[in-house]
Amino acid sequence: MSKKKEAKKIVFNSEKEMPIVAMSIGSMLYNKTGAWRNIKPVIDLSKCIKCGICWKFCPDASIDIIDDWPQINYDYCKGCGICAEECPQKCIVMVEEEK
Amino acid sequence: MKKVIMGNHALSYGAMLSRAQVIAAYPITPQTQVVELLSEMCADGTLNAKFIKVESEHSAMAACLGASLAGARTFTATSAQGLALMHELLHWASGGRLPVVMGNINRAMAPGWSIWTDQNDSLSQRDTGWIQFYCASNQEVLDTVIQAFKVSEKLMIPSMIVLDAFALSHTYEVVDVPDQDKVDAYLPPFNPPFRLTPDDPHAFGGLTSPEHYMELRYKLQKDMEKVPALVEETGKEYEKMFGRYLGQVDEYLCDDAEFIFVTSGTAGYTARVVVDELREKGIKAGNLRIKLFRPFPFEKVRSILSKVPKVAVVDRNISYGHHGIFYQEVKSAMYGQPHQPVIFGFITGLGGRDITRDTFKEIADYALSKSQAEEEIVWIGVKK
Amino acid sequence: MIEIRFHGRGGQGTVVASKILADALAKEGNYVQAYPEFGVERRGAPVFAFIRIDNKPIYDKSRIYTPDHVVVVDPTLVEAIDVTEGLKDGGYIIINSDKKPEEFKFPSRYKVFTINATEIAVKHKLGTLAAPIVNTAIVGAVVKILNLTKLESLVEAIREGVPLKPEDNIKAAIEAYEKA
Repeated sequence: MSKKKEAKKIVFNSEKEMPIVAMSIGSMLYNKTGAWRNIKPVIDLSKCIKCGICWKFCPDASIDIIDDWPQINYDYCKGCGICAEECPQKCIVMVEEEK
Repeated sequence: MKKVIMGNHALSYGAMLSRAQVIAAYPITPQTQVVELLSEMCADGTLNAKFIKVESEHSAMAACLGASLAGARTFTATSAQGLALMHELLHWASGGRLPVVMGNINRAMAPGWSIWTDQNDSLSQRDTGWIQFYCASNQEVLDTVIQAFKVSEKLMIPSMIVLDAFALSHTYEVVDVPDQDKVDAYLPPFNPPFRLTPDDPHAFGGLTSPEHYMELRYKLQKDMEKVPALVEETGKEYEKMFGRYLGQVDEYLCDDAEFIFVTSGTAGYTARVVVDELREKGIKAGNLRIKLFRPFPFEKVRSILSKVPKVAVVDRNISYGHHGIFYQEVKSAMYGQPHQPVIFGFITGLGGRDITRDTFKEIADYALSKSQAEEEIVWIGVKK
Repeated sequence: MIEIRFHGRGGQGTVVASKILADALAKEGNYVQAYPEFGVERRGAPVFAFIRIDNKPIYDKSRIYTPDHVVVVDPTLVEAIDVTEGLKDGGYIIINSDKKPEEFKFPSRYKVFTINATEIAVKHKLGTLAAPIVNTAIVGAVVKILNLTKLESLVEAIREGVPLKPEDNIKAAIEAYEKA
């Protein structure tokens, strides 16, 4: 996910400003879906082999690879748990959000 | 170069000369030869295109849409049940503003199972946002494919080239196949205003809230409204380069006519012969063959029909519970005009029943002998 | 305008015959329209092919119901169906047969011609003995009898349009042209 783009809701006030096709109109960057989460993934980097599988599988593109290491973007992570399920090292665990 | 080719191959040659880059199609009678020849052309290198084999017409259109979004010029062809199966993706093509060009061979919808011509398959797709051209000769088919790519790519709206099963698809005629370099000069490479590319990632066709959806539809309609003028412009340009004008309609002796047939497809050529016969008898007849059906050529139709007392619209289709579809369209075009002709609506030729010179004579006899139609729909040739 | 109907059986190349004739006619600047019977074809079943020829564009797109001439590619069809259906008075009936024209009992308003295209096809090894491909030979005869094109145009059309054994097909067409 491109973090360079501004996480702002796109609203066109005139059809003239709009592209002719539904092209990135539905950008969800402004929509910080992290608030939907009730469990969250936590990575134990000491066991991580930097395989990138969690990054590849994340359906919301909420895992970034920074200097070869995976990092979860909690602004968007919905807590689906797919990364924990797919991690071959089992170094991602899902923990309860603090209420 | 003059060649004797079948209507289906006229589509193939049109796609070849247009340098289609991706072709995805599923075979169906009476369309099969279109893709047979194109797959041969792809195999032997005549056409430098990717031929994608698919398991259904739905997938054929899906493959075309992906390719088109990636910036490739794409072509496909189908007929009847195959077109119906594509229906969902026809909306996707126009809504996604992807200028796919497709040949559709008019074949009656089953059941009863039929492989013969009528227009209900393509006219059922009237509201999908596709440009529709109805052709009457193999030459027109070939020329229109090339023109359609030009119009479609300019406005980013897909086009359907429609031709009658067998009466055109399997009929051999002399066709002037233009030179490739001249076609290249007429039709530049496809250069879309947006495309699917890793260099500039975008989500296409994503969730569009009520805040924006309507504007997208407004823009599609506004661009649709530009089609008639662009067809005129590109048709005249084609005439300048190739000697054949490609217009929205084909007018035959309409100027001084007191009675005009409104026709489409191959029947629109047979009608000309009957116009000549009627003129020999002193009846000032004319024929208005509608070639561009979507968008409907309102201005052309109005300017021609507002000078004539009587009009007979001949439909090879029916909207059940209403009327022939061209009849509806012509009537709606003439509504509120200062001069309104008496408009008769005839339905004939469904399921491949031949439309002959006698059919048109019967239609003319009916319309010329009555001041008003006695039935809302006048059926010609039903065994009663 | 001349309208011709071909009668054959599925698999004999009847449709190809009309196509070759159309090619030859187009080479001489004619307008042509050739089409098979609209629909499904089965090997052995009676099939039709049609051709319209004119020196101006052909606008009539309906089927041919009253041909000027008929060509019978398979002689057994003469007994099986009415090959003269709709045939105009004075029309020619050209039959692939080893019989003499007078052996056929057609009304006197028609003119009958025969050409032994099967013998010619077998001689030039076109198709098999059981199923010879007679279409190029019959077209050779048709072109001569109806005075439709020059022989050279037909030869050229066969050379360009017949994928298998074009030279043998040309020889068959020439032989039929000369015998007709």
